[in-house]
Amino acid sequence: MSTPIVELKAVGKHFRGADGSARAVLEGVDFTLHEGEIVALLGQSGSGKSTMLRIMAGLIQADAGQVLYRGMPLYGTARGIRMVFQSFALFPWLTVQKNVELGLEAQGMPAEERARRAEKVIELIGLSGFEGALPRELSGGMRQRVGIARALVMEPEVLLMDEAFSALDVLTGERLREEILELWQSGQIPTKAILVVSHNIEEAVMMADRVLIFASDPGRVRAELPISLMQPRKAESNEVRQLIDKVYELMTAGAGRRGLISEKEVKLQLGDRLPQAGIAHMEGILELLAEEPFHGRADLPQLAEETELTDAELLEVLNGLILLGFAYLTNGDILLTDLGSKYATASNTERQELFGQQLLEHIPLVAYICHGLEQDKSGDLPEDLFLKLLRFTLSAEEAEKALRVAIEWGRYGDLFEYNFNTGVIQMAKEDEEDEI
Amino acid sequence: MLAPESVNMNKKRQFFPRQVVEAGGNRWDWALLPIVLAVFVLMAYGSQQMSRPYELGQPLPLSLDPSFLPYYLLRTTLRMFIALGASMVFSCVFAALTTKYRLAEKVLVPLLDILQSIPILGFLSITVTAFIAMFPGNLLGVECAAIFAIFTSQAWNMAFSAYQGFRTVPAELSEAAMVYQLSGWQRFWRLELPFAMPGLLWNMMMSMSGGWFFVVASEAISVSGQDIKLPGIGSYIAMAIAQSDMHAIGWAIAAMFVAVLMYDQLFFRPLLAWADRFRFEETGSDTAQQSWLLTWLRRTERTQAIVEWFGDMLGRSIALFRLSHDGTSIRARRDQPSLVPQRVWDAVIAAVVFYALWSLGHFISTEVGWSEVGHVFLMGIYTLARVILLLALAALIWVPVGVWIGMNPRWASRTQAVAQFLAAFPTNLVFPVAVVVIVRFNLNPDIWLSPLMILGTQWYLLFNVIAGASTIPTELRHAAQNFGLSGWLKWRRYLLPAIFPSFVTGAITATGGSWNASIVAEYVSWGPTTLKAHGIGSYIQEMTTAGDFPRIALGIGVMCIFVMGFNHFVWRRLYTLAESRLHF
Repeated sequence: MSTPIVELKAVGKHFRGADGSARAVLEGVDFTLHEGEIVALLGQSGSGKSTMLRIMAGLIQADAGQVLYRGMPLYGTARGIRMVFQSFALFPWLTVQKNVELGLEAQGMPAEERARRAEKVIELIGLSGFEGALPRELSGGMRQRVGIARALVMEPEVLLMDEAFSALDVLTGERLREEILELWQSGQIPTKAILVVSHNIEEAVMMADRVLIFASDPGRVRAELPISLMQPRKAESNEVRQLIDKVYELMTAGAGRRGLISEKEVKLQLGDRLPQAGIAHMEGILELLAEEPFHGRADLPQLAEETELTDAELLEVLNGLILLGFAYLTNGDILLTDLGSKYATASNTERQELFGQQLLEHIPLVAYICHGLEQDKSGDLPEDLFLKLLRFTLSAEEAEKALRVAIEWGRYGDLFEYNFNTGVIQMAKEDEEDEI
Repeated sequence: MLAPESVNMNKKRQFFPRQVVEAGGNRWDWALLPIVLAVFVLMAYGSQQMSRPYELGQPLPLSLDPSFLPYYLLRTTLRMFIALGASMVFSCVFAALTTKYRLAEKVLVPLLDILQSIPILGFLSITVTAFIAMFPGNLLGVECAAIFAIFTSQAWNMAFSAYQGFRTVPAELSEAAMVYQLSGWQRFWRLELPFAMPGLLWNMMMSMSGGWFFVVASEAISVSGQDIKLPGIGSYIAMAIAQSDMHAIGWAIAAMFVAVLMYDQLFFRPLLAWADRFRFEETGSDTAQQSWLLTWLRRTERTQAIVEWFGDMLGRSIALFRLSHDGTSIRARRDQPSLVPQRVWDAVIAAVVFYALWSLGHFISTEVGWSEVGHVFLMGIYTLARVILLLALAALIWVPVGVWIGMNPRWASRTQAVAQFLAAFPTNLVFPVAVVVIVRFNLNPDIWLSPLMILGTQWYLLFNVIAGASTIPTELRHAAQNFGLSGWLKWRRYLLPAIFPSFVTGAITATGGSWNASIVAEYVSWGPTTLKAHGIGSYIQEMTTAGDFPRIALGIGVMCIFVMGFNHFVWRRLYTLAESRLHF
C-alpha cells in the first residue's frame, strides 16, 4: 500500500439536541487516503459524508478521534488540501483571473508570479480568453472550471470535491469529470489524491479507485468497494453496469437504520426521520413500476435511468414507498406489493383513502398528529409542538424536514389540514356532499 | 504585456526626459482635468476656512445675499462628506468587531438599535460643549460638533447594514475563504466588504438625505446661551427663517436643488454603477445603474492609473497581513471553548442593566416626576397616531400611482430616479410656506402641521412600490389578464400581494423617517411666529429650546421606546410575513 496522506482515526462529530444531549453525526470513522488514488464517498442524505469531507478540509473540528495530515495532527485548513465546492463559491466581484489567484494572493505571492501561475492553470483547464470575465457572465460549467482552476493553482496534494458536478447539467458534468480524469492520469497536475463526495453512483464508479459507502444515523463507513477497472471506463460496459448494480445493492442492503431504505423491514418510530419523498414522485414511480417493461419488478440502475432522478432522490422516494407498504426490496431490485399494484390502478379518491390508511398504520408521526388532533377539543394544534418533540431525536433542520413530509403526506391522505400562515395543523373537515 | 513595437518605441524615446515620454493621457483626461482641479481648489479653500481662530461669543459673519450661497454650500458639503467618511469607517469597524467577537456583538448591536432611534438633536445638545473644549480658540471645535451631529444622523443605519452584510456572507464563500487561508484582513477586503457594499451604499444614500434633513439643526447650534451659526446652508436657512425672508428661502431651495442634483450625478450615481459588480446574484440583470461620469472616469487613463495605484496598495497590504501558519501548525489548535468568560460577561451586562434601571427610576422620581412620564407617553401616542394616519393616506395615494408607473416600463425607470431624488431633498425647506398658509387661513396646527412629517418620506413608499410593480413576473401579468381579473378582485388577489414586500420595505423607511421628522415638523417657526402641534416631537424640540436636559432625555427615551416597539411589533412581523410568503 502506498503512502497515506490523510488519516482519520475513530473520528466522531456531534451536535446538541433539544434536550442538550449529544447526537452523533459521525461516529467511529476510520479512513485513510493514500497517494495516487481517487476515493468516492457515497451515502444517503444525512449520512455525514459532507461533514467528513469538511473535517478533512479542516473546516470543522472533529469532536472525537484524530485527523492526521502527513502524520501530523490537523487543526485547521491546510496548504496542501484544497476544495472544490458544489455551488462553486466564486467571489462574484472578482474576475476569473482574480478568483484563480485568490489563494496565491493570500499567501502574499508577488503579482507577476501569481499571474504566471494563474495563466498556466487557466490554459490547462480551458478558460483561456475568459480571464477578465466576471463569474456572472459564465455558464455553470465554466464557473466550476474556475472553481477547479482556483484549487489546482495552489498545487494541492489533496483535492476535495464536494458534489462538484451535481449543480451542472448531465452533459456538462460528464465532460468536466472526464477532463479532470485526463489531467489526473496524464500527470499534468501535482495532485496526489482526490476525494469525491457524490450522490451520483455512476459518477463514483466511473472516477474512483475505491468507493466508500456511508451508513447514516450516525454516519459511519458501511462498506468499501475497490474498483480495479482500467481508465478510461465506458459507462455502457458490462463491468461498470455490474458495479453500479452492486453499489445500489450495498447502499440498500445491510442492517438498515430506522428511517432509511433497506431490505430488512424495520419498524419506523415516532422520532425518526422521514424520507424526502414527494407525492408526485411516489405515484409516478408506482405507475412506472406497474407498467411496461417492469411489470412490478425493477432493477434500480434501470429505474434511475428511466426516471431521470438523481440517485439520492430515487432512494428517498423508494424508501417512502417501502415504508408505506407499497413496495419492497430484494437483491437490489424493487418489487411492488399487492397493495402497490392496487394503488397504481386505483382512482384518485381511492388512492387518497388508501394512502391515508397506510399512513396511519406505518408512519407513527402522522398517526401521533391525528391522535393529538382527536384528543384536542378545538381540533387544531400548533406545529411547534411536534417540532419540539422531533428535536429530541433529530437536528433542527432534520426535524423541520420530517414534519414537512408528514404534513404533505397527511394532507394528501386527507387526515388533517395545515395553515401555512399560522403554522397550525387542523383536523380534516368532514366531506359534505354539497360542498363545491 | 508589452507588444514588440512598443518596446521599439521605448528605445527610440529613451533620450527624451521621462515626463515628455510618458506623458500619457487621452482626450478624456484633458476634458476631466478642469473638473479635478476645481474640486481640489474648492476642497482646499473650504477646509482652510474650517480651521480659523474663534472665541465663543464672537459673531460669525453671515449674509442672506444669494451670492454667498455657493460658498455656504461648499462648507456644508465638506461637512457632509467628512461625516460620511467617518460613518463609513465607523460602519466597517463596527461590523468587523461585532461579527468577529461574540461578546462585542451582545452589547454593541442592541446599543446601536437604541442609538438609531435617538433623534439627532439629542446628540448635539450633549456633545457640543466637549468638542468646543477640545479645540480652544479655534472654530474647529464647533465644526467638529456639527460634523458629529451629521455623523449621528448617518452612521447608524450604515453600520447596521454593514453588520447585516457581514453576517449574511454565504456559507460556501466563507468556507472558500477558509480553505484558501484568507487572513482576517484579507477576508475583510476580499469577501466581507464587497459583499456588504451594495447595501452599504444604498444606506449611505438614505443617510445623506437624513443628513440634509437636519442640516439646519446641525449648523445653527445653541450652547450655553450662545447662538453659534456656522457658515453653511443650514445657518442660511435658519437666519432666513428668523428674519422671515421668503426670498432667501427661495434661494436656499434652489441651491439645495442644485446640490442634491450634483450629489446624485457626481457622487451616488457613479458609486452605485461602480458597485454593481458587487451584486451577489450571479446572473446578470438589466437593472444595472448607469452613470455618465463613471463611464467617463473609466475612459480616462489618469484616473485609471490612480485607481490602479490604490488597488496596488491594497494588494500590498493584503500580501503583508497574511496568515503565518496553516492548520498543520500547533498554533491553529483551538482550545475547548470555555463558558466562563461568556457567563461573566452576561453577569456584567445584567448588572449594568439593573443599575441603569435603578438610576432611571431614581432620575425620573427626582428630576421629572412620574406624571411627566405619563404626559410624554400621551404625546408619543399623538405622534404615533399621526404617523400611522399619514402613512395610510400616503399609501392610498402612492400605491395605485406606483403600481401604474411600475407596470409601464417606459415610465418606471425615469420616475424612479425622480422619486429617489425627491426623497433626498430636505423638505423642511418648504415648512415656512406651510406656516404662512396655516397662519393666513387660521388653521388648526395639530392637523395641518402633520402632513409635513411625511412630506419627505413618502417618496420611499413611491419608489419602492414602483420597484415592486416593475418586477412582477410577466407570466403572472399575463395570467391575470387571461383570467380577466378586474376591479377590486384584481387588487386583492394579484396586485397588492405582488407588491407587498416592497411596500413593507418602503413603509419601514418612511415611518422611520417620519418619526425623526416629527421633531422638526411638529414645531415650526417662521420669524416671530411659532406653530406647535401636540406630540412628542414638539415636546423634544421645546425642551431643547428651553435647555431642559432631563426632559430632553425623557422625551428622547420615550420616543425610542415607541420607535423600537413599533418596529418590533409591527414591521418585523409584516416583514417576516412578506419574506416567507409573498415573494416570487
